[in-house]
Amino acid sequence: MISPAPLRHREIFPVVGLDLERAGLVSTEVQRVLRRLGVEPEAVRRAGIVCFEGEMNMVLYTPGGRIILLVYDDRVELIFSDRGAGIPDVELARQPGYSTAPDWARELGFGSGMGIPNMEANSDHLEIRSRLGEGTVIRAVILRRKDETRSGSTHS
Amino acid sequence: MKLGAVAHTLRLEFLVDAAPDTEVRDGYVSDLLSDVLAHAEPGDLWLTHQRHLNVVAVGKLREVAGIVFVRGLRPNPEVIQKAREEGVNLLVSQDDAFHTAGKLHRLLFP
Repeated sequence: MISPAPLRHREIFPVVGLDLERAGLVSTEVQRVLRRLGVEPEAVRRAGIVCFEGEMNMVLYTPGGRIILLVYDDRVELIFSDRGAGIPDVELARQPGYSTAPDWARELGFGSGMGIPNMEANSDHLEIRSRLGEGTVIRAVILRRKDETRSGSTHS
Repeated sequence: MKLGAVAHTLRLEFLVDAAPDTEVRDGYVSDLLSDVLAHAEPGDLWLTHQRHLNVVAVGKLREVAGIVFVRGLRPNPEVIQKAREEGVNLLVSQDDAFHTAGKLHRLLFP
């Protein structure tokens, strides 16, 4: 995924764990920034969904961390890094429907096991690196398509 | 059909009428936020029992025509304030999800 495209924008957003009231704010802000930078609407939409799911995972399962937004001419990258417990089985976590969410989170409509699948469906490349007891880093790459259509946004 | 007309016909109460001229293309019923992000389409009227702050973020991300709280459920003032700031239409239906969806379907696809 190495590209010569120059970096246009870099921004870091802190995420506070278990702060459900403020959860979702980063994705809204990321979309605002991307729109201001003139990023194509479909890439803005996909980045917003990827960011929301990543942010929610950090809020629900970790003490917090940060989200780094990188905007290039040809792509948007979102890097989520947390100081959580780590994911014991990443392949299992990628399975649709798999979730370790507690009941209180499920009652609020989280924890349906679609978070990581949604991140995959809305990005062109998704890397998950997790170390037990240390945390998780997820890097999502969303390509900017100048001739974009509405297809392929959500349905995997 | 415009959201304002849908609301009038189905007797939905506006809590936030940020954009009543929004076109309602279809509907979606779900209480799972990731499910809405994955499968609701822009222009859908979203019917749900969830009424916390994240619902506004999901509705905005998915660009739904509006969010309808069913069975007379009402969110707290912070949720209404947030929706106003973000320009997300919020409505309340006195009917339950099944009957609200049924009436909406009949109206949109007679």
